[in-house]
Amino acid sequence: MNEEFRISNEELRKGRRQGILHSKFFIRNSKFIFLLALAFSCTIRPAHQEHLKFWGLGHEGEVVAQLLPEFTRRTGIRVDVQQIPWTAAHEKLLTAFVGDATPDLAQMGNTWIPEFNAVGALDSLSLRLANSSIREGDYFPGIWATNVVDSVVYGIPWYVDTRVLFYRTDLVPNPPRTWDEWLAAMKHVKERRPNSYAILLPTNQWEEVTILALANHASLLNADGTEGAFRDPRFVAAFRFFVDIFRRGFAQAVANTQVANVYQGFAQGDFAMYITGPWNVGEFRKRLPPEMNGKWATAPMPAPRASDWPGMSMAGGSSLVIFRASKKKDAAWKLIEFLSEPAQQVRFYELTQDLPAHREAWKMRGVANDPPLAAFRQQLEHVAPLPRVPEWEQIATNIYQDGEATVRGRMTVEQAAADLDRKADHILAKRRWVLARMRGQ
Amino acid sequence: MNERRAAILFLAPALAVILLFFLIPVGASLLLSLTDFDIYALADIHNIRVIAFRNYSELLRNALFWKALVNTLYFTVVGGPMTVVVALAAALLVNAKVARWKPLFRTVYFAPVVTTIVAVAIVWKYLYHPRYGLLNRGLELIGIAPIDWLGDPKWAMPAIILLAVWKNFGYTMIIFVAALQGIPEELYEAARIDGANTLQQFRHVTLPMLGPTFVFVGIITAIGYLQLFPEPYVMTRGGPVYSTLSVVMLMYEQGFKWWNMGYAAAVAFILFLFIGAATLLQLRVQRRNV
Repeated sequence: MNEEFRISNEELRKGRRQGILHSKFFIRNSKFIFLLALAFSCTIRPAHQEHLKFWGLGHEGEVVAQLLPEFTRRTGIRVDVQQIPWTAAHEKLLTAFVGDATPDLAQMGNTWIPEFNAVGALDSLSLRLANSSIREGDYFPGIWATNVVDSVVYGIPWYVDTRVLFYRTDLVPNPPRTWDEWLAAMKHVKERRPNSYAILLPTNQWEEVTILALANHASLLNADGTEGAFRDPRFVAAFRFFVDIFRRGFAQAVANTQVANVYQGFAQGDFAMYITGPWNVGEFRKRLPPEMNGKWATAPMPAPRASDWPGMSMAGGSSLVIFRASKKKDAAWKLIEFLSEPAQQVRFYELTQDLPAHREAWKMRGVANDPPLAAFRQQLEHVAPLPRVPEWEQIATNIYQDGEATVRGRMTVEQAAADLDRKADHILAKRRWVLARMRGQ
Repeated sequence: MNERRAAILFLAPALAVILLFFLIPVGASLLLSLTDFDIYALADIHNIRVIAFRNYSELLRNALFWKALVNTLYFTVVGGPMTVVVALAAALLVNAKVARWKPLFRTVYFAPVVTTIVAVAIVWKYLYHPRYGLLNRGLELIGIAPIDWLGDPKWAMPAIILLAVWKNFGYTMIIFVAALQGIPEELYEAARIDGANTLQQFRHVTLPMLGPTFVFVGIITAIGYLQLFPEPYVMTRGGPVYSTLSVVMLMYEQGFKWWNMGYAAAVAFILFLFIGAATLLQLRVQRRNV
């Protein structure tokens, strides 16, 4: 069989050169010719179509494929989705950039955008936006801002994420609107149940302190992100408020790894309030015992002053970005436009329970009628981006470390603020040098 | 002269390979560890500065590095001897005169060594599952409360050690089997004539004859275990609360996750020194005993 193929290959080449194919040859090798024809027909056709490479992260990367047949039907562009686990996403994306193997577009946690922009991996989307179905006005301003570095847009929000207050309605009848009301509510809970706590604030997370600081309009870093601004009175006041909650016994100084089961603790009334994100709406429904039905609700974050309500929370979620090295940027942009359509946003919400980024999607059934989501809808109008520097995650680690040290009485609030500034300045030293160098050129 | 040239010629391929794949990369990473190569350097190569030993001094002040070092030593000091003891026991069993189907058992015990860690990890994650895992079911039978093997900072490292011992003892076992087969039968005969029982034969014939093998196995195991990486990477990602973070894992995170290549190279060099020191120490101690 193989031998025959090799001979016939030889004959085929000869036949081509002569421009003639003998009929005898044809008959003898009809099977081979058929296979050859089949092979040709298979390889030629896709060449007319564009093939996009799209990296999706975690569960989103898994389910996005279900939206894509519609896109291919409309545009003729085919999309290869490669699913990257969240735990390995950061290194895969960076390594792909260094190895010149980036996909055409990818989903990216919006806190990573400054970093990938700093290395020059991302393509500017500002020009494309001028003439597109995607309009900045359709998005929550705080979320949109996470995609903007130095007035250039590098990502389009895909789904959004923020933190709100989850509370037990039987223990906290009226959700607090100001920090004073909040403390009063905690006091009330603690008085009724002296052996429990009013709120769960895990000491190994930086998010809670940071949200309080954002609510008090602290900038965390200076304007160009080259030095810490933790001694700023706005940050110090928020930090003091956080520490006071522990000092007055309203919260227990535990890491979330020490809390065996948050849902059980919440159901037992170990704590009555919890600051967390949209994924826990589904988890609370699934994991709380049936008697907790209707006994919990969500509320936007309390603000330092009544006039500020709702208090700021942080702008999280994922965006879609196009890589600078892509040769199919137009097609990639079409896919982003498609995934940003309100109808697709709603379908995506149904598949993932991730909150839609597009405001129109929030008006549609399913999203609009879900009571726990109303607080998120309200909160999303009041979210602020975290400092947009690549070093942020490193700086944030210090926030909870010093936060825990202060809660446990190893530092005063002032000492912690000074320490945070010192550490942030140290981490940002390279950034200061690079920026100074760029200005010098 | 001709002889010398021939010798060099014969050595040349090996030397070239060592130069190309060992000395040059090691030299390059030493130089790298003296710079502040980070993600800014990816944007522009001129963003690299030579900072001499600042990576090293910062590393020594980094609490996470010490945590990783303690974890790695914990793993090596507990897991290493455990592997050697289990391997020796298995080798004695496999090599015993009364044992049947020796090749089968040798293969079975050796199989984990050649199985990929990712496949192994999936199975072991089931075994360690706090509610449905076989291990906790077993503990339940003898009345021990379930353990959250991979979720509890106290138990995560023992869980990793158990997995590593199971995965690696087969290799050491094969070396022991070879060494056991090299012990002349006459020695045992002489011992038996002198009235030695099985235990005394093991104590006074087998163990001393295995001396050099212990040195070799000890060093190889220590070198391997100090470079702990795949087990925590696939099982726990260094968690919970850094309880299974190893030195190599810290290097990987710094190097490939955050792209602090200079810093990561410094981690690599400190580990290199550690392994060198551990090897020398073992050679000293064990040579004296043998």
